[in-house]
Amino acid sequence: MPARGLIRARVAEISPPLIRQQFPLMLSYDAIIIGAGHNGLVTACYLARAGLRVVVLEGNPYIGGATVSRELYPGFTYSNCSYVCSLFRPEIFRTLDLPRYGLQVIPYEGSVTMTRDGGYFASFVDHDANRREISRFSKRDAENYDRFSHEMSRQCRFIKKFLLTTPPDPTSFKWRDLKDLASLGAAFYDLGETQMYDTIRFYTMSCADLLDQYFESDVIKGVIAGSSIIGTALGPYSPGTAYVMLHHYMGEVDGTIGAWGYARGGMGSIATALANALQAHGGEVRVNAEVNDVIVKDGRVCGVALKDGEELHAATVASNLDVKRTFLNIMDERDLPAEFVRRVQRFKIRGSSGKLNIALDGMPSFPQIPENCPARRGDMHITDSMERIERAYDDWKSGTWSKDPYVDMLIPSQIDPTLAPPGQHMMSVFVQYAPPRLASGDWTDADRDAFGSTVVDAIGAYSPDFKDRIRHMEVRTPRELEAEIGLTEGNIFQGELTLDQLMFNRPVPGYAQYRSPVEGMYLCGSSTHPGGGVMGAPGANAAREILRDLGRKDGQL
Amino acid sequence: MNEPHYLQPLLPTPFHSRTQAACCTALWSGWAGYQSARCYTHVEFEYFAARNQATLFDLSPMIKYRIAGSDSLPYLNRLMTRDVGKLAVGRVAYTVWCNDVGKVLDDGTLFRLDDNEYLLCAQDRHLPWLQDSAIGFDLEVEDVSERFAALALQGPTSYAIVQRMGFDDLMSLRPFGWRRVKYRGAELIVSRTGFSGDLGYEIWSAPDQAESLWDDLMAAGADFGLMPMGSDALELLRIEAGYLLPNADFMPADHATRASRGRSPFELGLGWLVDFNKGHFVGRRALQAERAGSGRYTFVGLDIDGNKPAHESLIYHRRRELIGHVTSAMWSPTCKRNIAIAELQAGREAMLDDLWVEIYLKKELKWEKLMVRCRVVPRPFFDPPRRLATPPAAY
Repeated sequence: MPARGLIRARVAEISPPLIRQQFPLMLSYDAIIIGAGHNGLVTACYLARAGLRVVVLEGNPYIGGATVSRELYPGFTYSNCSYVCSLFRPEIFRTLDLPRYGLQVIPYEGSVTMTRDGGYFASFVDHDANRREISRFSKRDAENYDRFSHEMSRQCRFIKKFLLTTPPDPTSFKWRDLKDLASLGAAFYDLGETQMYDTIRFYTMSCADLLDQYFESDVIKGVIAGSSIIGTALGPYSPGTAYVMLHHYMGEVDGTIGAWGYARGGMGSIATALANALQAHGGEVRVNAEVNDVIVKDGRVCGVALKDGEELHAATVASNLDVKRTFLNIMDERDLPAEFVRRVQRFKIRGSSGKLNIALDGMPSFPQIPENCPARRGDMHITDSMERIERAYDDWKSGTWSKDPYVDMLIPSQIDPTLAPPGQHMMSVFVQYAPPRLASGDWTDADRDAFGSTVVDAIGAYSPDFKDRIRHMEVRTPRELEAEIGLTEGNIFQGELTLDQLMFNRPVPGYAQYRSPVEGMYLCGSSTHPGGGVMGAPGANAAREILRDLGRKDGQL
Repeated sequence: MNEPHYLQPLLPTPFHSRTQAACCTALWSGWAGYQSARCYTHVEFEYFAARNQATLFDLSPMIKYRIAGSDSLPYLNRLMTRDVGKLAVGRVAYTVWCNDVGKVLDDGTLFRLDDNEYLLCAQDRHLPWLQDSAIGFDLEVEDVSERFAALALQGPTSYAIVQRMGFDDLMSLRPFGWRRVKYRGAELIVSRTGFSGDLGYEIWSAPDQAESLWDDLMAAGADFGLMPMGSDALELLRIEAGYLLPNADFMPADHATRASRGRSPFELGLGWLVDFNKGHFVGRRALQAERAGSGRYTFVGLDIDGNKPAHESLIYHRRRELIGHVTSAMWSPTCKRNIAIAELQAGREAMLDDLWVEIYLKKELKWEKLMVRCRVVPRPFFDPPRRLATPPAAY
């Protein structure tokens, strides 16, 4: 790559402090953030609040990354990727004062699954309504659901402490790491003897093994197991999926653990509020500014070069891209230790999901669900057993999309009046599973359309007028997620959430504290602890580490 | 319906057949002698409907007085602390009225229905006070509470819903204005008022139209997320809006056994409602003296660290010196802040940068005491631009 060679040569001749004098027209900043996903924006906000001159560079003409909303059909707001909100850390919400910048999260009630025998199973916020609903399937499960919930609450309480903290490095023997390890140990000890054993098992066992402990009804287990495989290239019988379920459980809306909500105006309003907050603190966001190269000199980062050749300089660069794109794509392997590069290459980031976003000219009917059931306003499903989810996963392993897919479908316009014209509706359908590559080769447009038809047919089997109500549809396979959003293999978490890739192993051992082998170069996206979901925690944690390296106490969480 | 009063102390409102059918919780409370739903389904969803969609709240138990006669204006100007002369026909004013020593008796809204006709809506009953104050004036004061069935339609889509109802002419209706609209061969009064701090309307109808009005509004609101809302959610809305509630934030002076419990408009942060340029009014002399600097208390908004609501907490300076107490508190789901309305001793401005609230918290049956930092912030805590936008937006 001649362009890169040129840049490197030029930078090699001039030490960073001289750059500003020699090239006064080149823009220089205190910190450059690559990618305007929600985590990149969170990092930028914290740095700008601390007084740094910050710019966020976004390759797309719109911001948000996978936290995005766009009008693809007149009058309809599509949340193209992420679609519900729960995990976003309330501490960040409050510190950055996002409500003032227009963010409002509206909780929704429960979920409903249509069963193959023509019935349904719904969940409710009201404890007694929920218990009676479960007891339609099993009286024992209805009572055990409380025990299961308590177990999940204990696990949430344990992990919550560590979401907004940097994972301690168990091998560094630095005072700070030892202290943090000790507090991790103390929290673990605090669980009590039985719970300590359970916690170890919890982090390694399959969702199916966990649920078999508590429940006997296939429907109940199938419904709960859904969140154990979302975004994950595993089935409910695969070890490690119990944790994935916890990852989807540990969010909250206003202190209600496990509650989910809609961002008013679509998920993009989270990115918009963050960008507004950033600008209020003097930060900049530039769209259509794709970073081609990270400029490194003597093991130290000194800026980035854009696709069009423009250079921006800063002694601190944080990448919101996933770990593979960051280190294998826009950085030069020669600037990195070989073992590090190999570990990054081996990082598991297999795509497994697709998405349909559908503009509807009216509310589709679902004859199996009672008309006045509030769970219609939450997430809806058509998979009524773990067995079916596992079979859907078998298709993924064979290199094709699931023929009987697991869908997480929502019609948020029932609650959010801003998404569609009155009486019309916006539907979001998350689909599991879709492989990053097909057995037949790369995805083609025809494959994508066939995938879309499979899903539409699957939903249509439960909603006679659904197909006729479709006015426009966006179909996204892992190919589109990678090409448009930059998620390697279309993995929505920027890397799988299995124990081998969590905490001090995320993304790779020795580099779990948001730093990289190159001084001044940081990661701030979901490839880092505590991982994926619209949580903001990786971005906030990265900002704290950057400020620590700069010797700044202000702007800390 | 026609039980003797000792078997049915709380009366049904004109909307009862509808509110009872909608109420899944069996949570009711008494409000001015009527049954009032505290919660229809779930407080959280009703609250969010008001901040995101729209809600219908049965306002009928509100006490209403009609004041009519050629002396209505001078009478009201003597009764109220505000200059009622500035209130035009078609407008509504928020107002307070005081006793002779300048302590607030109640707050309410005053509608000017015609040149010599007003409607006063209040929390409490005041007929003797209103009638006794009318001596020498040519007018009539009448309790018309039962002549109106009233609904509060509040929330971002409330304008879209009144449009769908076919209520024309509301596009130009500004906040604190009212209009008559035609409805099923009769007339309703629609005012752009409410207790939610958001875009919203109050609709005043004859009791015999109540049921059809409820049904028509619910039908018109189907595409706009309209939900019935109970008083528990309203309480959250009004705190976010920074509105004071008699008997919660302050004692109405005539209810207080202890003379020191009465509060003046200045002490409640309502000094802007007092107009000394209009001649004599009840409490004027005391308030004039107080304006010179004898106020004992001040009302503030607080932003409190953490997320545990500071219900009924005491407030300390430097964790030690007691200087006030919280009167209303909540976790604000919209502002994502732990907010409170509080009364502080006056003249403590120098202490405001080091305030602490004492919160008692029960965690799985074990009580803990927290001393939490707080800061004085402006009220309202939540004040969306759509509240005042005219013409209103669709959501």
